[in-house]
Amino acid sequence: MSEKLIENAAGRLVPAEINGARQVAFQGVGKYHPKGNRHGPPLVSCADYPADGNKVVSSLKTALKKAGLRNGMTISTHHHFRNGDLVANAAFDAAAELGVKDLRWFPSASFPCHAPIIKHLESGVVHHIEGSMNGPLGDYCSAGKMRGMAVLRSHGGRYQAVQDGEVHIDIAVIAAPTADAFGNATGDRGPSACGLLGFALADSQYADRVIIVTDNLVPFPCIPWQIHGNFVDHAVVMDSIGEPAKIVSGTTEITRSPDRLLIAEHAARFVEEAGILRDGFSFQAGAGGTSLAFSIFLGEMMRERNIKARFARGGSNQHLVKMLEEGLVEYILDGQTFDLDGVRSMRENPTHVNTSPFTSYNYHGKGNFSTMVDVVVLGATEVDVHFNANVVTHSDGRLLHGIGGWQNCLFSKCTMLPIPSFRDRIPVLVDRVTTLCGPGELIDVVITERGIAINPARQDLTDKLRGSSLPIRPIEEIKAEVEEICGGKPAPPKLGEKIIAAIKWVDGTVIDCVRQAEATAFPS
Amino acid sequence: MPKIGTAGRKGTGVRSDCHVSLEMRESGGLEISVQSRVESMYGASIRTLCKEVLEGLGIRHARLVMEDTGALPFALMARIEAAARRAGASGEFVPEMNPYCTYETQRDRFRRSRLYLPGNEPRFFVNAGLHRPDGIILDLEDSVAPAEKDAARVLVRNALRQVNFYGAERMVRINQFPEGLQDLEWITASNVHVVLIPKVEEASQVREVDKRIQNLRKAQSIRSPVYLMPIIESAMGAIRAYEIAAASENNVALALGLEDYTADIGTQRTQDGRESFWMRSIIVNAARAAKIQPIDTVFSDVADMEGLKASVEEAKALGFDGKGCIHPRQIAPIHEAFAPADSEIAKATRIVRAFEKAQAEGLGVVALGSKMIDPPVVKRALRTVDMAVSIGRLSADWREGATNE
Repeated sequence: MSEKLIENAAGRLVPAEINGARQVAFQGVGKYHPKGNRHGPPLVSCADYPADGNKVVSSLKTALKKAGLRNGMTISTHHHFRNGDLVANAAFDAAAELGVKDLRWFPSASFPCHAPIIKHLESGVVHHIEGSMNGPLGDYCSAGKMRGMAVLRSHGGRYQAVQDGEVHIDIAVIAAPTADAFGNATGDRGPSACGLLGFALADSQYADRVIIVTDNLVPFPCIPWQIHGNFVDHAVVMDSIGEPAKIVSGTTEITRSPDRLLIAEHAARFVEEAGILRDGFSFQAGAGGTSLAFSIFLGEMMRERNIKARFARGGSNQHLVKMLEEGLVEYILDGQTFDLDGVRSMRENPTHVNTSPFTSYNYHGKGNFSTMVDVVVLGATEVDVHFNANVVTHSDGRLLHGIGGWQNCLFSKCTMLPIPSFRDRIPVLVDRVTTLCGPGELIDVVITERGIAINPARQDLTDKLRGSSLPIRPIEEIKAEVEEICGGKPAPPKLGEKIIAAIKWVDGTVIDCVRQAEATAFPS
Repeated sequence: MPKIGTAGRKGTGVRSDCHVSLEMRESGGLEISVQSRVESMYGASIRTLCKEVLEGLGIRHARLVMEDTGALPFALMARIEAAARRAGASGEFVPEMNPYCTYETQRDRFRRSRLYLPGNEPRFFVNAGLHRPDGIILDLEDSVAPAEKDAARVLVRNALRQVNFYGAERMVRINQFPEGLQDLEWITASNVHVVLIPKVEEASQVREVDKRIQNLRKAQSIRSPVYLMPIIESAMGAIRAYEIAAASENNVALALGLEDYTADIGTQRTQDGRESFWMRSIIVNAARAAKIQPIDTVFSDVADMEGLKASVEEAKALGFDGKGCIHPRQIAPIHEAFAPADSEIAKATRIVRAFEKAQAEGLGVVALGSKMIDPPVVKRALRTVDMAVSIGRLSADWREGATNE
């Protein structure tokens, strides 16, 4: 393949065109200011919709047919059901039965449970996927088997792309744990309860046609209505839309690894010593084991020193809910709930608030929450000596994770990456990240088991931590130690010529791309 | 019959280790086949290392098949050597001694915490020192299956030469006497600081171990000392505790193990430990009589931090200087519990000041106010001040501060 490549402001060669659409290369953080109006769906008239409010049709297939599904369209889904989603597969099975081809799937994320989509990619029903991929889909895409180029966006970047028309959604298929016949829907109750439906908000507002799919139809009105029925064309009832055990999947296990606990403890102590831990502060920690342990250590310090946080940004889980109920946190501004305690709390507690990429992350908003958070802890697969980080590919180049809200969260006042300096024999601190997802200027602190590196750009943090008993070290020094332990610098990954995925920055520009990876005989 | 030796581990759940199968041949040179989880990063260097180790072992014709889940070089070398020995090779491939493996220890250093690491589990080694235990024990005894003793010896030797333990005292628990004597040949030349001798029942066992070590030191011109820590785990051992504690001038500490002991006296370990009170007191008294450190056993419920705290406080109250750990999270609570109280530190600084003043004035007697201070009290005060400085509770230049007198 011979794509035309351009060098972006981060020094990465990126495609000038993706799936036939011209691209803007990354210009630097906050440098891109596109003009124009918001993209919008066509005008409709309420006279065309049933006066009794009953939009229920007999099946998903019927709904897709009525919505005018045809070749080449874009179908969107959300990932609030995580690895327990049954709706996306059902939608493309129905599309296959209708005989359409070349669809673009635009999920807010995909999971291993979506492996059946591979057969639709093979048969031509689906042309390509724009959304995070891991597991079997990630391997399929990494091997260069997908016809089109994948596009990976952050949660905020997905909202931006929908809002400015970079991605036009023809049909949004929204799985809803509870809904009424008018299309009002909520995620906080029902057998497949997932808490909220924020990732489907843009889809409901901007898609040409919107289909609600539920397994818990209630009489009008469905209260609360996280999704407004006024955006909805059709409602479909399925026997089951999700597997509850996999929706709230217990990813919220605190790590038992002594090394990860050490990292989490150091991260919490850093927050304290940097003066961030004070009454009324705010924080965000993800659902990974180290992040959870960080929250637990932070909670202990808050209790000891009688400090309350004004708000915490979710992913919520039982530990964060406990902090809310204990009064350590006044509000949870939640983007997704990771366990049943999170779902219950959101349903019952008015201070546990559901948010969306619009409120939290959107580039085209008149501001968003991400810049107001005092401290965020995030993961990464690789970080280089300039603090640039990778979150989507493994060091051998294979697609491993989605971006999620990661890029958006980098805009907090203090972004910390508590990560091991190497995993097994795979260095995490490297000379150059395999895939650039986050520019180093936004990453303030890297916390490893072998030392804490403060970005030299944050002289204020360096000054605050002077004389600390924490192991503050230059990032180059920690990297050199890792290379010594691992037996030298790692060889760069062997990559093919073909570009299999593009990585978007939060503003829609292309920050990097991913090339075809050599299949490993020994997948981890 | 071709001679085939295998070593190491593979299969689900195995990380940072490798499995090696080595077939000795008469001809055909070296055939090396490697499957590695880190192929793209280190595949080439792994193959080079395989060749280097085989040649170093004097093997010219063989087929080596490796499945690697990200083992570090010290472990790769150990697994190849173990497989080669099992295939009949007799050579040794001793890795170079890294500069950070050569630091020395001191006879009377703090031994509050000692972290046990299973000797055949390479993935626990590299980060153990980051948790700052006073000592790290590479265990060749109970945590290693009988069939893996030979492989563990090679791995432990390589770890002593290549892994950074970040200042922790480098300890090895050898096997029970007399099998344990063989272990010494694998560790003595690799800067082991303290050899732990399990299940000691007679002073002669300690002397045998000591003699073997001294012979090895002489033969290999090793200058740094190798100290001993006998562990008493039986009724007979307890009865002979003082003889054992005083058996060698290289003894620095006396420890105990309660699982075997309680079985030996016909009972079980309980939470409040009444059944072992006599035994623990005997250990404290025997060690103190022999002027070495008494060290308590491990607390085995990793999840019970409150129980650990109570157990360490009890140990300190009984007179112990340290305690064993089986998980890094136990280290900080142990150090905290063995740390002197603020009032103890304040008193100790006053005594040390008085002692230094008396020395400066050439007086033989130390007095604090109208009270005479005995030499052992001065010695304990010096240790308390050292510890307070080392754990950051007292600044190193405390002498410059106000005297409060």
